[in-house]
Amino acid sequence: GAMGGSASLIPRELLGEYQELTFLSKQEILLAYKRFSELLPKEERENACSARVSKSQILTLPELRANPFQHRICHVFSTSETRDDSMSFEDFLDMLSVFSDSATSDIKSHYAFRIFDFDDDGTLDRKDLEQLVNCLTGQGEESRLSSAEMEQLIQNILEESDIDKDGTINLSEFQHVVSRSPDF
Amino acid sequence: EEPHGAAPVDFLQELPSCQSARRRRGGTQERRPALLGTAGSRGAAARAMLQETGELADRPAREHPKCMAEKRRTRDSQQADTEQLSRWKKWRRTSSKSLKKALSEVKGLSSYLVLWRHDIRSIEGKFGTGIQSYFSFLRFLVLLNFIIFILVFSFVTLPTIISKYGIFNSTIAYISPKNIENICTIYEPSGNKGLVYFYTYLKDLLSGTGFLEVTSLFYGYYSIDAVWISIMRYNLPLAYLLATFAYLALSLLWIIKRSVEGFKHNLVHDADPFQSYCNKVFAGWDFCITDPNAARLKHHSLQYELQTDLQEEKLKQKIAERSMEEKLRIYSLRIFINIIVIAILSGCFYSIYRVTVFSQENSNDIDNANSQINLLVQYLPSIVITLANFIGPLIFSFLIRFEDYTPAFEIKLTLLRCVFVRLANIGVLLFSLWSQISNCGSDKCKPCGYNYKLYPCWESDVGQEMYKLMIFDFIVILAVALFLDFPRKLLVNHCSCKLVQWFGDKEFEISDNVLEIIYGQTICWIGTFFSPLLPAIATIKYFIIFYVKKIVLIHTRKPAARPIRASSSNFFFLVVLLIGLLLAFIPLGVSIARIPSSKACGPFRNFNTSWEVIPDTILQFPTGLQRILFGMASEAFAVPFFVILCIILFYVIALARAHKRVVEQLREQLVLESRDKMFLIRKITEAQR
Repeated sequence: GAMGGSASLIPRELLGEYQELTFLSKQEILLAYKRFSELLPKEERENACSARVSKSQILTLPELRANPFQHRICHVFSTSETRDDSMSFEDFLDMLSVFSDSATSDIKSHYAFRIFDFDDDGTLDRKDLEQLVNCLTGQGEESRLSSAEMEQLIQNILEESDIDKDGTINLSEFQHVVSRSPDF
Repeated sequence: EEPHGAAPVDFLQELPSCQSARRRRGGTQERRPALLGTAGSRGAAARAMLQETGELADRPAREHPKCMAEKRRTRDSQQADTEQLSRWKKWRRTSSKSLKKALSEVKGLSSYLVLWRHDIRSIEGKFGTGIQSYFSFLRFLVLLNFIIFILVFSFVTLPTIISKYGIFNSTIAYISPKNIENICTIYEPSGNKGLVYFYTYLKDLLSGTGFLEVTSLFYGYYSIDAVWISIMRYNLPLAYLLATFAYLALSLLWIIKRSVEGFKHNLVHDADPFQSYCNKVFAGWDFCITDPNAARLKHHSLQYELQTDLQEEKLKQKIAERSMEEKLRIYSLRIFINIIVIAILSGCFYSIYRVTVFSQENSNDIDNANSQINLLVQYLPSIVITLANFIGPLIFSFLIRFEDYTPAFEIKLTLLRCVFVRLANIGVLLFSLWSQISNCGSDKCKPCGYNYKLYPCWESDVGQEMYKLMIFDFIVILAVALFLDFPRKLLVNHCSCKLVQWFGDKEFEISDNVLEIIYGQTICWIGTFFSPLLPAIATIKYFIIFYVKKIVLIHTRKPAARPIRASSSNFFFLVVLLIGLLLAFIPLGVSIARIPSSKACGPFRNFNTSWEVIPDTILQFPTGLQRILFGMASEAFAVPFFVILCIILFYVIALARAHKRVVEQLREQLVLESRDKMFLIRKITEAQR
């Protein structure tokens, strides 16, 4: 976009627009801008608003480094046409907005559903749930549940959340079960 | 040829519900080819779009789950729509938008005022939300005590101080007591006149006697019947009593409000909301963790939690299949262990009673030669209570292993028993104090209704006991941190002998720490009536404890392998706090309404009991109001009121049950609908071929 004034700040109209379209406050947007431009090499920092950051760079952020869902998060929020999971500044803001405290639980549950949907087919079936549990318990062979335990766990989950008993969890079932979840 | 069991997935993609879910995901990711041909799918898509704009149209653009470019388009189209609206609706929309913006600005500013915001955030990042909930709870107690202190100070202490120093042309009115024997009004607190050792000051500071007894810290200072500020008459006894009720009501309401906020109550579904697997799996990962070590620990704890839950489920099945004689054996064992527990508790209570009686009898000797022993004797009840609070939980956690419960129930039962021990100890202490005060053995209390020789001003004595308990509690917490935690950490780090390593690093036991501070808070609630400045001491105490615990946590603790979840722990803390508050009502109620107030000191000298000031004041109201108020307190009002409350309660319960039935029916209907859908789709695909 058009840069006016100091080269390291976002122009005011753009800032106002971002405030309107996300759940972040002005300070948070400016902080996000600072963090984002630090990920870029020096030459590209002037045009941070329109630059794209590769996935490997994004994953160096401390908040994502330790997160087992890092790859899914990058994939879900990225709007890159080449499908290389690179993120622009606006994708970055979208991601921060969904994870902020003031986002509605509707939005959070919607994006959580997309993050957990490992095969992108619009429902959480058994394979998705299995991958989800493996992500939670950690990488490495000794930290996985045995197949009997996994079977029992997935059975329990489906019993609790699959309302129409079709063997998969769709978006509305997911949102329903998460709305009753006190920890979400 | 499709197998009969699996429904054709392609067909399912064309259904309107699937289309709208995919549309919400964002047009840029729409890649699936339509099966029915472009016309049909466009029709379905258009229908789905209309449906969707109906649902989301009213919400601002940022609540749409789309990427930024799409949100811009939505906002522009929303703005284009508003151009067509009437001027009134346009104005309303813009004003609501600017109001929301202003509110969010205010919220942003006020978040800076929150106490310890940064500290608690960093603890959350390193140790997870379970431990963070402990520190938020501590912050809540600091604020609560501070507000109680402001309340009591401004209505009770401030007028007294103003009148005693004559500011604002204020004078004190002393109404001479009528119908009271002179002997009851003798009260000479030794205010340490003359040359005394410095040590005596320290002793007085620790035990609330001597020079502290005559300050505004204790009940005895407020021996005023009314304060005249220019022409206004300020009824101090009434203010004292009402301030007490006010702070109790304020605490009750605030705790209830917080517990309702944190607890998403689910009346309709039977599943236990905290233990459900969905909650653990979908909401299991703590997205605030930034440290790889903490992440590793979180992975382990999640794995451990899931495995324990699955094992527990298997155990429950096994329990349900127990044979008759096994059940008999286990139940008799449990009864036996409960008898042991009750015996231990009675032993505790009896020892507290004896020690309190002993301490009260011996500390009334003004024997300065044995000052150290005197101090020890005065602190004896506190020491015994602390020992009981420490040993009790150890014994309980040892005994419960024999009772063969499921692990989750074991934890709950041990916690309940520990809570009971801690709160009942305070009750026993107060009970033994009162038995001393009302010890009317050989006509000791005939003239005044209480033992006036030993306790001319018994409320100050009770206040002193509460003060001692609070100070000792504080000293113990500091001493444990300094002399137990840090040396232990040093030993573990530098000494590699096997015994020490087996002892290991201590985990941060959330429940123990929480019970500790709830115990302190219960003392504060009970003690504020007898010692109005106690909330200030409690505020300072919790303030310092926050920093002490934070330093101990960061330097010596490793995160627990079996963490409690944040939501269930918040609710648990508030429930136990509520139990403490309700238990605090009992001693206060008995002191205010049953035990005659001391005639030698305090604002209630001219009344039989402290409660009497209220009927007295009501008698001065106009007769109409009097009749209404007395009518409300009579049986003719109370019984119908109670009956109506019961009727409303039963109605609400019946309504909840009816709703539950409707939800069950709807669930069954959904399952049938889904089966119908699969059946129809199969028929259609077969017909197509």
